[in-house]
Amino acid sequence: MSAEIWQITWFTLIVALGATIVMLPPGIALAWLLARRRFPGKTLLDTVTSLPLVMPPVATGLILLYLFSRLGPIGSLLALGGVGIVFTWKAVVLAMATMGFPLLVRTARTGFEQVQVRYEQMAATLGAGPWRVFFTVTLPLAARTVLAGALLAFSRAIGEFGATIMVAGSIPGRTRTLALAIFSETEIGHNRQAALLLGVSVVIAFVAVAISNALIHRRPDEAAG
Amino acid sequence: MALAITLDFTLRQGGFLLEIRERIETDALALVGPSGAGKTSVLETVAGLRRPESGEIRLGDRVLFSSARGIDLPPRERAVGYVPQDALLFPHMDVRRNILYGARHGGALPLDRVLAMLEIAPLIDRRIARLSGGERQRVALARALMASPSLLLLDEPLSALDPSLRWRIVPYLQRIRDELRMPMICASHDPAFVRAVASVALQLDHGRVVGFGAPALLDMAP
Repeated sequence: MSAEIWQITWFTLIVALGATIVMLPPGIALAWLLARRRFPGKTLLDTVTSLPLVMPPVATGLILLYLFSRLGPIGSLLALGGVGIVFTWKAVVLAMATMGFPLLVRTARTGFEQVQVRYEQMAATLGAGPWRVFFTVTLPLAARTVLAGALLAFSRAIGEFGATIMVAGSIPGRTRTLALAIFSETEIGHNRQAALLLGVSVVIAFVAVAISNALIHRRPDEAAG
Repeated sequence: MALAITLDFTLRQGGFLLEIRERIETDALALVGPSGAGKTSVLETVAGLRRPESGEIRLGDRVLFSSARGIDLPPRERAVGYVPQDALLFPHMDVRRNILYGARHGGALPLDRVLAMLEIAPLIDRRIARLSGGERQRVALARALMASPSLLLLDEPLSALDPSLRWRIVPYLQRIRDELRMPMICASHDPAFVRAVASVALQLDHGRVVGFGAPALLDMAP
């Protein structure tokens, strides 16, 4: 395989991993809030979180572009600190994280909902405060589902196209991911290159699904510990 | 060691109303009565897992709950050990981590003594899934004891056990009562068990106290 294909593959894997890591803390926190707490605006928050799942990705990308461009409300603030987002690798991470986030939150939320509250109560009677209960009981018991959610979000990030092209473009060597490269190469008639990239995508998807299945089908008593 | 336990509260849960107005000085109190009488509700209210509508709960002069004074200690500050019917050991930890989960530094019972007393030292590195019902119960007891509670709450200690092995738990409870001098409240519907473990029994039915006295004197027919 050519150096270019390697570069695109590594770039895609690393930014997708970065996006997954970036969304994990807020994703886990939000999933827990939605699973365990009642608060005003919960339904609204739940809906807003899920929007990227149902909106056209290009539309989500456009919103990100408005927000993060140098004149946008968030982008202008970041520009003050000398940080530019759009049309850089950071924009790729942003687009991937935004698109994967709802998958992580929805899956992790199910995981938290399945943890019996009685285990948490038991930990509290043993003197554990809320943070200790979360990190020693709730999160470990939900770990498999949270991990499956993270993997789902990672896979979604790998395949991200619409939002990425809006906010990051498809700049070779800088923001071009596998999905963007497949499109660009096909568009200019580089069918062999496109086919190679397609092959790489299939391999990555295959591995991701295999890991995901392994996580889901592991027996519960093996999962514990 | 005798402890003055004040249970004076009203608890409402859906259509179920539990009313109890007692002050009992005892080393081992039994809550008896048919299922649905409110035994578990009393234990969970003392542990802080259910919130009474009004009233007061005190252990000695320590106030755990008082609606008049606006006190409602969270479970973690109550220092009340709870062993539920299903033991509820943490499935993702081995026996050792379970037992040490609530262990307090300073003032705690030595681990070796608790393990020896409950005869669970050989189980210490086992996974929870590999324990029998009786072993689970003893590990849950050890876990509660290691948190140095001022009161132990036991919910139907016999029910999770195989009928032929049930009585094996009794000597362990007697040791906790007599050697550690740990006061306990024990919910059970088994008269013989109550006579073996408790010095006083409170009989509940449909959320009300219908009898109070020495276990042998109460009519505990279901």
